[in-house]
Amino acid sequence: METAAIKIENLTMAYGDNVIQRDLTFEVPEGKVTVIMGGSGCGKSTLLRHMLGLVEPKKGRVLYWGEDFWGADEARRLSIMRRIGVLYQSGALWSSMTLAENVALPLKEFTRLTEREIQELVSLKLALVGLAGFEDFYPAELSGGMRKRAALARAIALDPEILFFDEPSAGLDPVSARRLDELILELKESLGATIVVVTHELASIFAVGDHSVFLDSVEKTITAMGPPKDLLAHPPNERVREFLTRGGSLN
Amino acid sequence: MEDKDPSTMRGSVALRLEPGGRAVLALRGHFLLDGGVPSHEEVARDLKDLKGISSVGFDCGELGKWDSSLLAFVLRLEGELGGSGIVVERSGLPKGAKRLLDLAASSPRGQARERERGSLFLRTGQWASSQMIKSWDVVGFLGEVSWSMGRLVTGRARFRGSDLLHVMHRCGVDALPIVSLISFLVGLILAFVGAVQLRVFGAQIFVAALVGIGMVRVLGAIMTGIIMAGRTGAAFAAELGTMELNEEIDALRTLGIPPVEFLVLPRMVGLSLMMPLLCVYSDLLGILGGLSVGVVMLDINIQEYLRMTREAVRPSYFWIGVFHSFVFGVLVAITGCFHGMRAGRSASSVGQAATSAVVSGIVSIIVATAVITYLCQVLGL
Repeated sequence: METAAIKIENLTMAYGDNVIQRDLTFEVPEGKVTVIMGGSGCGKSTLLRHMLGLVEPKKGRVLYWGEDFWGADEARRLSIMRRIGVLYQSGALWSSMTLAENVALPLKEFTRLTEREIQELVSLKLALVGLAGFEDFYPAELSGGMRKRAALARAIALDPEILFFDEPSAGLDPVSARRLDELILELKESLGATIVVVTHELASIFAVGDHSVFLDSVEKTITAMGPPKDLLAHPPNERVREFLTRGGSLN
Repeated sequence: MEDKDPSTMRGSVALRLEPGGRAVLALRGHFLLDGGVPSHEEVARDLKDLKGISSVGFDCGELGKWDSSLLAFVLRLEGELGGSGIVVERSGLPKGAKRLLDLAASSPRGQARERERGSLFLRTGQWASSQMIKSWDVVGFLGEVSWSMGRLVTGRARFRGSDLLHVMHRCGVDALPIVSLISFLVGLILAFVGAVQLRVFGAQIFVAALVGIGMVRVLGAIMTGIIMAGRTGAAFAAELGTMELNEEIDALRTLGIPPVEFLVLPRMVGLSLMMPLLCVYSDLLGILGGLSVGVVMLDINIQEYLRMTREAVRPSYFWIGVFHSFVFGVLVAITGCFHGMRAGRSASSVGQAATSAVVSGIVSIIVATAVITYLCQVLGL
């Protein structure tokens, strides 16, 4: 039986009186890739921010391994956040630190490893994302794709059980985007991590998604759930069909 | 969170021998970042001490949870056994661990940067040449500004009137509260300090002259200048620095609009128009501050105080003060905008640009004061 790493129950997100999405209920199964998709402005990134502990929901609950995230005290919340890793849309590397310092920071803060052990782990993480040897480079000295990979190295620094990707292929050329998809799959297989990807790139959705959730910007709720290929074969409504077939021009 | 018996948490390694010169490391327990991992050096030493070992494999039947520390352990072990001729076979490791190690090994190595520090001699030379390049840069910037001023005078400058009004509001009206507070207090302090001495001679009425001349001729301009350097110089630097970061300045360039004309000119014109007004306002408030000390502490009649002030302050002082503040306005705008546009492309560089703007602004104000004072001496003003 599949266990749920994350459960969202009746989540409503709003800025003041402006409701973005309401009554969201879905599960993120453990060890699989779940894609959160929808048109631009439907609230995907906002949903991610609610799940990451950055914004408190107006209504509803976010449950991590059965535990109510927002109902727990600060210490419990921090211990949950330690077990997740996030790749932000623009990487969000700390620009005044080298790549090595960026990846080392979580290790320095949350483990009691020696300086040398941390450096070895940093080199390992950078090698995993294809940036071996770039330890002393600053983010400004790298291309956009390299910065994303460095940010991914930082996201996996503490071997998180859940990894979040916010629009990972944004700004990447097709080849780099494909390589990133392969890296995502590799991390799923070898780390056994649960992965949540927020995206609207169709190629990635079909390449990596085991499960998916479609946020409708008009109905302001979830109108489709399930494996992307199933949704493509049997779209439950017109907007989902339009989205997954890129306006009906692809088969 | 499961509660495990601590004795089973820490990972351990047991060595056993198999025929044919092969050793097997049985890994037991958890190999986690938190839990501590067996020393790879001890294991390597044990292996090397046993003569005749040609290869070592792994048995992970009793291995519990693992994370990157397992990978690090294997890599370090391989590093230790490197020259000894013992081959490490990864086949017994968990499938996921093998995949990650293969992935790490397969990535091409980037050229690592050699960051060597040359000798003191070399570094001094490098610093000197970078300073020369920077000063040349300043000359270039001043040239662009002069060029834009020329276009302004002939009415061909391209900037938005609304930008100019916006700057004037921010540098004028918005600055009134802080200028009021500081000028009033400076006048007050000046009067207080002067009063202590003048009272000894029964000459306390001259406090009015002291405050009047001090504020009007130079202090009003300097206090305003320093306040605006900190407040507005830093703001200009941060604004333009962030625009540089967001490629907004590049967007202007590619449209054929010179950034100096569009961004720097309104700021310079706005600030140099507002500074003299702020200076006059500062003078008045300083005199008011002095007046309060005179009336409250020294029992000077208000009319007397004001009459003394009027007598002491000559018109030429007033114009010198205003001229100072006009020059300061230009300097603060130029230093602020220069540092902003030369900022790098990271978060810390915007902060650095703001700091440099304030420091250069204040230094140039003081240097300009010295120059103008000398010129006044020479011209007999």
